[in-house]
Amino acid sequence: MRRTARDSEDSARRVNRRALLMGGAFGAMFAVLGARMRFLSVEQADEFRLLAEENRINMRLIPPERGLIQDRNGKLVAGNEQNYRVTITREDAGDVEAVLNRLSHLIPLTQDDLERVRKDIERNSPFVPIIVADRVAWDDFAKIALNAPTLPGVTPEVGLSRHYPLVEDFSHVVGYVGPVSERDLAELTDPDPVLKIPKFQIGKIGVERWMEDTLRGSAGNKRIEVNAVGRVMRELERTEGTPGADIQLTIDADIQNFVQVRLGDLSAACVVIDVNTGELVACTSAPGFDPNLFVRGISQRDYSTLMEDDHRPLANKSVQGAYPPGSTFKVVTALAALEAGVITPETTHYCPGYIEFGNRRFHCWKHGGHGTVNLTRSLEQSCDVFYYEVAQKVGIDAIAAMGKRMGLGVRHDLPMSAITEGIMPNKEWKQERWGQDWRIGDTINASIGQGYILASPLQLAVMVARVATGRAVEPRLVKSIGGKPVEMPTPPLLDIDASHLRAVQAGMDAVMNSERGTAKSSRIADETMLMAGKTGTSQVRNISAAERARGVTSNDDLPWERRDHALFVGFAPVDAPRYAVATVVEHGGGGSTVAAPIARDALLRALTGGIPPLDAYPAAQRGRIETDLNALREKLRVTTTPQTTRA
Amino acid sequence: MSFLEYRVKTAPTGLRKVLHLNWALVVLVSAVSAIGFLVLYSIAGGQMALWAEPQMKRFGVGLVLMFAIAFVPIWLWRNLAGLCYGVTLLLLVAVEFFGTVGMGAQRWIDIGPVRLQPSELMKVTLVMMLAAYYDWLDPKKVSRPLWVLVPILLIVVPTFLVVIQPNLGTSLMLLMGGAAVMFAAGVSIWYYAAVLALVAGAVTAVFTTRGTPWQFLHDYQYRRIDTFLDPSADPLGAGYNIMQAKIALGSGGWGGKGFMQGTQSRLNFLPEKHTDFIFTTLGEEFGFVGTLTLLVLYGLILFFVFTSAMQNKDRFSQLLILGIGANFFLYIAVNMSMVMGMAPVVGVPLPFLSYGGSVMLVLLIAFGLVQSAYVHRLR
Repeated sequence: MRRTARDSEDSARRVNRRALLMGGAFGAMFAVLGARMRFLSVEQADEFRLLAEENRINMRLIPPERGLIQDRNGKLVAGNEQNYRVTITREDAGDVEAVLNRLSHLIPLTQDDLERVRKDIERNSPFVPIIVADRVAWDDFAKIALNAPTLPGVTPEVGLSRHYPLVEDFSHVVGYVGPVSERDLAELTDPDPVLKIPKFQIGKIGVERWMEDTLRGSAGNKRIEVNAVGRVMRELERTEGTPGADIQLTIDADIQNFVQVRLGDLSAACVVIDVNTGELVACTSAPGFDPNLFVRGISQRDYSTLMEDDHRPLANKSVQGAYPPGSTFKVVTALAALEAGVITPETTHYCPGYIEFGNRRFHCWKHGGHGTVNLTRSLEQSCDVFYYEVAQKVGIDAIAAMGKRMGLGVRHDLPMSAITEGIMPNKEWKQERWGQDWRIGDTINASIGQGYILASPLQLAVMVARVATGRAVEPRLVKSIGGKPVEMPTPPLLDIDASHLRAVQAGMDAVMNSERGTAKSSRIADETMLMAGKTGTSQVRNISAAERARGVTSNDDLPWERRDHALFVGFAPVDAPRYAVATVVEHGGGGSTVAAPIARDALLRALTGGIPPLDAYPAAQRGRIETDLNALREKLRVTTTPQTTRA
Repeated sequence: MSFLEYRVKTAPTGLRKVLHLNWALVVLVSAVSAIGFLVLYSIAGGQMALWAEPQMKRFGVGLVLMFAIAFVPIWLWRNLAGLCYGVTLLLLVAVEFFGTVGMGAQRWIDIGPVRLQPSELMKVTLVMMLAAYYDWLDPKKVSRPLWVLVPILLIVVPTFLVVIQPNLGTSLMLLMGGAAVMFAAGVSIWYYAAVLALVAGAVTAVFTTRGTPWQFLHDYQYRRIDTFLDPSADPLGAGYNIMQAKIALGSGGWGGKGFMQGTQSRLNFLPEKHTDFIFTTLGEEFGFVGTLTLLVLYGLILFFVFTSAMQNKDRFSQLLILGIGANFFLYIAVNMSMVMGMAPVVGVPLPFLSYGGSVMLVLLIAFGLVQSAYVHRLR
């Protein structure tokens, strides 16, 4: 079949027409493509450039290392230790159950642990690492690292965690840290982003909490380049954070430990304060607890044990406990009377064993009475009637004012939790609090530290320090921050007549060192360290008539929780005071028998810088004391060299 | 029309043919390929051996093949068209039974050391077949229904074989490439109108059957369409590819981030960065200037292809060149639309840039045919 040339040319022209149409359509499409390129690369370039950077770059915070807490000699109280933990990532693990099963053969995992891990895994996104085991022993950690190929998704990690090497000694003062909770975040108006780092620890109570900002430091950050699956390719930029400042406390860890051990199983508190500077040398509350438990996340069982203990280990009794100061308060009443000019050091009162007021009879603790007593004798023998008489003349408002000057009813600002203000009542206070008029009976009760008055051991220690020096001593807990010593100016004078102070001090001297002193059995025999003090016994409740009828006459017959609190305040040496002490033994019975020996030992420990030497004790007691001290020595924490290095 | 009708004497013979090659096209193709080598080198992180070197070798082999084909008189190719088409069709069937599964579809067949994608080869042989058919057919009869049915069958059979691989991109290209040859041959546009109407109906059918057991497409293909419609709805899942591709292109800006500086490709945010999505890396590293340059080069290639078709008076040559040109255009248009978020992701490579042996060889074979038609054109 042949076609004519004309036919061929016709068809060729036709093809060319169609070709032109196609070319035109293609050209149009190319124009569209070109326009799209322009749109993406030119008009939207900035937006996409940003997205590309977001793809590429991640910011990661570098948690700052928490500042250390040391005692006054640089001994480590709170440090950071390396913490090995094991995490699992669902995404990488594949068969989670199989991996967990293999893992539980390698390291000890309880059924509870596994249950928690499963729950956490379910709750979180597949790429979030879940902590399977925290604080893994090095051996177990190594085992996991070794078996890594058979444990997909399991990562051994090293982090820093808070550690309290002195365990319960500083549990109340320093407190503890724990994971940041929703509540912690809610309390802050502008939370530091570092708090959002998983496993970041924040101070929960005590110095850890109240000096959180100092200890925390500031986070550094690093800009890292990641690839599509989130693997870190390289670090682009790194800004180191500032580690938290180290804090040095005024407390001496060895004295603290000695006192803590001395308090033993008692429910008690003992505060030792440097009378010249106000530095707290020991601030203990017994029983203590192990703060490390809280850092790890305390188990429900451990927590209920602590909560149900009637000795209340969690309470910081030294600053938080408010007790009727009992006879220790007589110091204040005496000073108030002297300053008011109601009495002189020589004024005497006759004590028949009670006074009658209206139709009420106020007993002196001594049934037969003390006879004629002056100020010194009244303190020495703790005569109540003397103060009943004196107080009526001075009036509660003057007594309360003196109490506040001595640091009672005042909140001392220390970086500790739940510091009580106590109660230093006056007429106005009663009207406000109870809506009642102040009665003279209230004054009589108040004069011997009963009734409404409440004070913490810390306040009592401050009171004694002020009596001993005549200066407005303020308690201090922090010696230096980040190596910079905190200024400790000499406290200003209290503007109390020196002779009045001397009279009270003489009375306190007599308590310990005179033949009839209530605490003479707890005296220090060493002439260079003689101590002064005042005992106190505060009633938790009166022995009722019914009980009296049953033959209950003394504390020992009562159940523990209804026995009197034993108190003692004191200072030493008498002629040149260095340390003041306040001890409260809850339901301990008599101040002279229970509290005073503890206070003596604490003072001696602080004064001698070691285990008290036997010759500091009265010769008659040395045999018994030696046994006691030896037993105590066994329990003391072994002194280690000061640890100042960071973990 | 037999080969006797070619005025053989006016066509160059022997080595003189070299002088009569369409050198503009050779240079342009080489230039685009060179851009491809550069980008592949960059994506591999400055490594030649990974992608650039194999690609260069294939280009070299392909270039030799192109010249060899160009030297063979075009009428010989016309006479071989039926055979080529038949063989390719057989290969497509063979892939069904002996093919290697790759990327979720049966696409390759191993013939000794060569890994061949018959579906790619089909793009060329189908065009050859159709051009030969219309060369044989009286131009007056092209729009008659019976004579329209024949080329439709020629197109649909291989398309069906490719669809069941499944390879949506290539089957679409076969359809559209075939349709382009028919269009160039002068088939009445009313047929096209009818087909468009049919397609519209089919699309409706495809989507209304979705989720039923007799749905037409694979789930992943449906999802790709969803993603196309709204890629931002699932930026970490189905829309990830397109989103990342757009980010790469867009973040290049005017001048790009510079050679070897593309973060999207280097950090693996880009999927298929060396094959179907290679254009995005070009855009990221060389910016709008780079992508526009490429587009212009492609445009020039198409321009020379089309002019060589229009200069040619031989019907087979004309239709062959236009068919190949249309296919070339489809590669570019589908790929670019896809990576720029204008079309669903269907797996069509970018000619001379995307890493891949079959495509490179087939393209150079096709350009060899264009050259042959150019060298042996009626003067």
